[in-house]
Amino acid sequence: MGTYIIRRLLGLIPLLLGISFVSFLFMQLMPGGPTALLARNSHLTQQQLLAIRHNLGLDQPWYVQYWKWLLALIHGNLGTSYIQYRPVVNVIAERVPNTFQLVVAALALAFVIALIAGILSAVWQYSIFDHTVNAVSFFGLAMPVFWFGLMLQLLFAVQLGWLPPADIGSAGLGDYLRHLALPAFTLAFGTVAGWSRYVRSSMLEVIHQDYIRTARSKGIRKAAVVLRHALKNALIPFVTVVMLDTPLYLTGAVVTETIFDWPGMGRLFFDSLSSRDYPVLMGLLIFGAVIIVLFQVLADITYAFLDPRIRYS
Amino acid sequence: MNQAVRTATEAGLPVDETVAAPRSHLRIAIRRFTQHRVAMLGLVILAIMILASIFAPLLAPYGVNQQDLFAQLQPPSAHHLLGTDDLGQDVLTRLLYGGRISLSIGIIAALISMVIGVVVGALAGYFGGILDNVLMRFVDLLLAFPAIFLLLIIFSIVPGSVIGVIAFLGAFGWLYLARIIRGEFLSIRETEFVAAARAIGSGGFRIIARHMLPNVIAPIIVTTTLNVAYNMIAEATLDFLGFGVPPSVPTWGNMLTGVEDYYMTVPLLAVFPGVTLTIAILAINFVGDGLRDALDPRSTR
Repeated sequence: MGTYIIRRLLGLIPLLLGISFVSFLFMQLMPGGPTALLARNSHLTQQQLLAIRHNLGLDQPWYVQYWKWLLALIHGNLGTSYIQYRPVVNVIAERVPNTFQLVVAALALAFVIALIAGILSAVWQYSIFDHTVNAVSFFGLAMPVFWFGLMLQLLFAVQLGWLPPADIGSAGLGDYLRHLALPAFTLAFGTVAGWSRYVRSSMLEVIHQDYIRTARSKGIRKAAVVLRHALKNALIPFVTVVMLDTPLYLTGAVVTETIFDWPGMGRLFFDSLSSRDYPVLMGLLIFGAVIIVLFQVLADITYAFLDPRIRYS
Repeated sequence: MNQAVRTATEAGLPVDETVAAPRSHLRIAIRRFTQHRVAMLGLVILAIMILASIFAPLLAPYGVNQQDLFAQLQPPSAHHLLGTDDLGQDVLTRLLYGGRISLSIGIIAALISMVIGVVVGALAGYFGGILDNVLMRFVDLLLAFPAIFLLLIIFSIVPGSVIGVIAFLGAFGWLYLARIIRGEFLSIRETEFVAAARAIGSGGFRIIARHMLPNVIAPIIVTTTLNVAYNMIAEATLDFLGFGVPPSVPTWGNMLTGVEDYYMTVPLLAVFPGVTLTIAILAINFVGDGLRDALDPRSTR
C-alpha cells in the first residue's frame, strides 16, 4: 500500500510537468500579451516599454521563459503578478479561503442531501418518494448550473427578497451564511442528482444480500440494519465517486462565483484573463491541476482502504 | 439452431419461440427501445425540437434579427407569444433560430468526438504497447487539465465563433469514449473470433473495423448521445460567461447573457431559454438511457 501511494504520487510529476508546459504554450499564443495595455499608454516611450519587457523577461524566447518559470517553481516561487506587483502565491492564497469555504459548504450540502435521499429511496423502492427523487434528479442532471443559479437568484433574492443576491457577507456569521446559502446550494445541486441515484443503487445492491437478511432475521430493527450493516458497505463506492467528482466543484465554482460575485479563485481567473496576468493564470492552472490529480489518486487510495478485497501492487 | 435450442429439442422440452427465432441484434434493440416509454417521450420531444429549428423560417412569426424598438421588453402577448427582449426582438423567434445553433453545435461536436474517441481507443486497445502508453498518457494529461480554465484561455486567444466552439468541444469531448473503447478492445482482442480472423490472414485494420468495432457499437452510441447533451450545456455556459458564440448570434445560452440587467423587471426573459435548454437536455438524456437499456445484451427487458 505504501509503495503504491508513493508510486502514484511520483507518477504525478511528469503529468504536472506536461500540464504546465501545455498551459505555458497557450499563454504564449494569446494575442496582446501583458504589455499590450502599456503600449497604448502615450506617456511611455518605446525605450521604456522595451525596458519593462526586458525586466519581466518577456524579450526572451518562450522556452527560456518556461525554463526559468519551472526553476522558480521548484523553489516554491510562482513568480510576481504583472498587474499587482506582488508574489503570485500571495495573490492566489488570499482568494483560496473564499473558494474553499464555498466548495466545502457545497460538498457537505450535496453529500448529506444525496445520502438521505439515496438511502430513503432505496429503502422505500418504487414508492412515491422514490419516484419524486428520480424525477427531480433527472431535472437536476439536465439543468445547466449557471441557469439554476440564475433562477435561485431571481426567486430568492429578487422576487422574494429573502437572501442577498450576490457578494460575500462581511457583517458577522449570520450575514456570511446568508450570502453563502445561494452559491453553495447552486454548486451542490449539480452533483446531488447523480449522487443520490448512486447511493440508491449501491444501497439496493447491498440490501438484497444474505447477510442483511440474516441480520433482519435475528430480529434487529430495519432502521438499525440499514444504517449499521447496509450503509457501511454501500458507502464504499459512494465515497470514491465523491472524491472523483470533487474536482468538478472547482470548475463549478468558477461559474458560481461569477453569478454570485463571490470573490474566490474563479473571479481572480477572469480578472487575470482580461488583464493577461500570465503568472497568476499559470499559478491558478497549476493549482487546479494539482487538486484534480491529487483527488484522482486519493479516490483510488480511499477505495483500496475501504474495501479490503482490493489489492494494489 | 444454436446449442441451447438443440439440446432442448433433443431432450423433448418445449422450445421458447422467442429464443429460437433468429433475430438480429438491431431488431431486438429497436423493439426494446420502442417499448421504453420514457425514451420514446424523449425521442418525440427531440424530434419536435429538431424539426422546429429546421423549419424555423417558416414557423417564426418575425425575422430572426428583426427589431421593434417601440416594443422592447414586452411581456407575453398575442403579438409576441413569449414577449420581446431588450432589443425588441421576438423571444419565440429567437428561441426557434437559437435551436438551430445550439442543437447543431451539440450534435456536430459529439460526432467529431466520436470519431476521435473511436480511432484513439481502437488504436490503443488493439495495438497496445508503446502506442497504447503514449495515447493513454495523453488522455490522462487532458483529463487532469482544469477544463474550464483551458477553455476560457483558448477562447481569449481565438475570438468565439460557432466553428470555434464546435472544434473545441469536439476536440476535448472524446477522452472518456477513448478509454471505454480501449478497455473493451483489450478484452475483445483476446477472444477466439479475433484469433480466428488473424489466423485466416486478416490485417489489423480489417479486424478492427469488421470484427471488433461491431462489438462496441453500444457504448459508442450511448456515450455520443449523452455527449450531445453535455456539449449543449457547455456551449450555453461559455456563451453565458461571454466567451462562446458572438452575442449577436441567437443561441439559447446567448439569450440568457444579455438579460442579467433586465431580469428585475422582466424575469421571464431568463426563464424561457433556460426551460427550453433544460427540456432539450432532458429529452437527450432520456433517449440516451433508453439506448443504454436497449443495446445492453445483458439486460433482460
